[in-house]
Amino acid sequence: MADLRVNLGRLQLKNPVMTASGTFGYGNEFSDFIDVSRIGGIIVKGTTLRERQGNPYPRMAETPSGMLNAVGLQNKGVDYFIDHIYPDVKQFDTSIFVNVSGSTIEDYIITAEKLNSLEKIPGIELNISCPNVKEGGMAFGTTCLSAAQVVREVRRVYKNELMVKLSPNVTDISDIARAVEAEGADSVSLINTLLGMAINAKTRKPVLSTITGGLSGPAVKPIALRMVWQVANSVKIPVVGLGGIMNATDAIEFFLAGATAIQVGTANFIDPTVSIKILDGIDDYLNNNNFNSIYDIIGALET
Amino acid sequence: MTKKFMLDLVIKSNEALNSQYFILKLTSEEKLPEMLPGQFVEVLVNDSPDTFLRRPISINYVDRELNELWLLIQIVGAGTRKLSNLKVGDSLNLIFPLGNTFTTPEKKDANLLLIGGGVGIAPMLFWGSYLFERGYTCNFLLGGRSKENLLQLCEFEQFGNVFTTTEDGTFGEKGFVTEHSILKSEKFDAIYTCGPTPMMKAVALYAANTATFCEVSLENTMACGIGACLCCVTDTVHGNLCVCTEGPVFNITNLKWQI
Repeated sequence: MADLRVNLGRLQLKNPVMTASGTFGYGNEFSDFIDVSRIGGIIVKGTTLRERQGNPYPRMAETPSGMLNAVGLQNKGVDYFIDHIYPDVKQFDTSIFVNVSGSTIEDYIITAEKLNSLEKIPGIELNISCPNVKEGGMAFGTTCLSAAQVVREVRRVYKNELMVKLSPNVTDISDIARAVEAEGADSVSLINTLLGMAINAKTRKPVLSTITGGLSGPAVKPIALRMVWQVANSVKIPVVGLGGIMNATDAIEFFLAGATAIQVGTANFIDPTVSIKILDGIDDYLNNNNFNSIYDIIGALET
Repeated sequence: MTKKFMLDLVIKSNEALNSQYFILKLTSEEKLPEMLPGQFVEVLVNDSPDTFLRRPISINYVDRELNELWLLIQIVGAGTRKLSNLKVGDSLNLIFPLGNTFTTPEKKDANLLLIGGGVGIAPMLFWGSYLFERGYTCNFLLGGRSKENLLQLCEFEQFGNVFTTTEDGTFGEKGFVTEHSILKSEKFDAIYTCGPTPMMKAVALYAANTATFCEVSLENTMACGIGACLCCVTDTVHGNLCVCTEGPVFNITNLKWQI
């Protein structure tokens, strides 16, 4: 048994396998299939200050080795989360993060403040990279100035682990990572989805109601790996890698590129047990290669 | 709600009904889990970039004695084409049973109409058999474009009265299901329907105009099938709801359909 514990700044995870926001519900959707408490961390779905209905159907298009989504942060709002969902999810013996999004900086601040006092929520993932909302979301994450500003304001009120989720839809993701690091982010997670589009040639119409959407799945993995590698070489805070991870080998590639933890996203839709398979596969890899700790492979890429 | 499983089932038979439709009969060495009419499965179509996500497919019938689960499938794209090539003995990975079920009427003598169009007849066979076993009398109204789109008529006849329409008049009454004479001559206590959206909307309109209880089974595109991805929503009086967990069966009074 190798030591799988990792540190994400203010917080230690019992293992480096997390589930990505918007792909794992609130965890209980998966409890028929796996022991959810074995997962290192769960990032529950995008939560906003007020309830959002999200975008109209259709919100999903299957694409080669991936999918586009345009859910648009459908959720019942942070107060509903605290009153009705938190009492249910806090039973899980894992680190539960809330993914926080907003239309204005004020939204982010108030939402983060409300989550500060929840004992079983040791961190938030600040979503400045959602491509599917008209206001806020990705708009904050695509310039260093606005990314720094929202992180600075949230850092002022939020005392626990502050992970910032970065957008790949930028010229240089390392610049954004450095900007949020400078404002006190404890860790960064990347990548959110890549802005994409699907067209139905038969009907000559877009497949998604929003025309464009976010691409995820194995199709984006090479881009995600490259960006994780670039960011890990640019900042000192831990990097959490995600983008098309389908199995333990994919996950190990992200560790080698410099990720301290990984998130499993779209793969959860195809195999609800995949997060546990990846966790066991990482452990096997470490044992088979005589590594004592996950840290033996983090950033161990030989170039 | 029923417990969900991810299991490898074995293909016991793969029967082509014609060039467009086939029935997979699946079994397992273990007893199959409890399943309810209206529920569906998410099928894994292996190893191709074009069939990345699972395919949601209605449960067509469950034979408890033979420990069989039937899937009636129409070949519409790459995924269903691959499924049509499965051989006896092949294994197929399923996540199931998913979704809710139809509402069982209170009165045993209720006059029930189950309307299916095209491959949308699939859940009506399981639902009809379920009602028949509990002593209800079912009327099935099955419609298709042409006679080759009318499927499993012999199976339906075991569980109730069968009425048919085809758009081209090659079998049964000519026209749409909503034009069938039975809708003019009889009054129903409940209508259940599954099929193409325009057909279900026409049925919903008939039900609304005659103040008849009506449930529809929706077939939105989806990714996970378990309420995590939020991709399959339909607009309801309670906001956007997942078809995979809050449905696929909805009472028409909850849907915000323009009918």
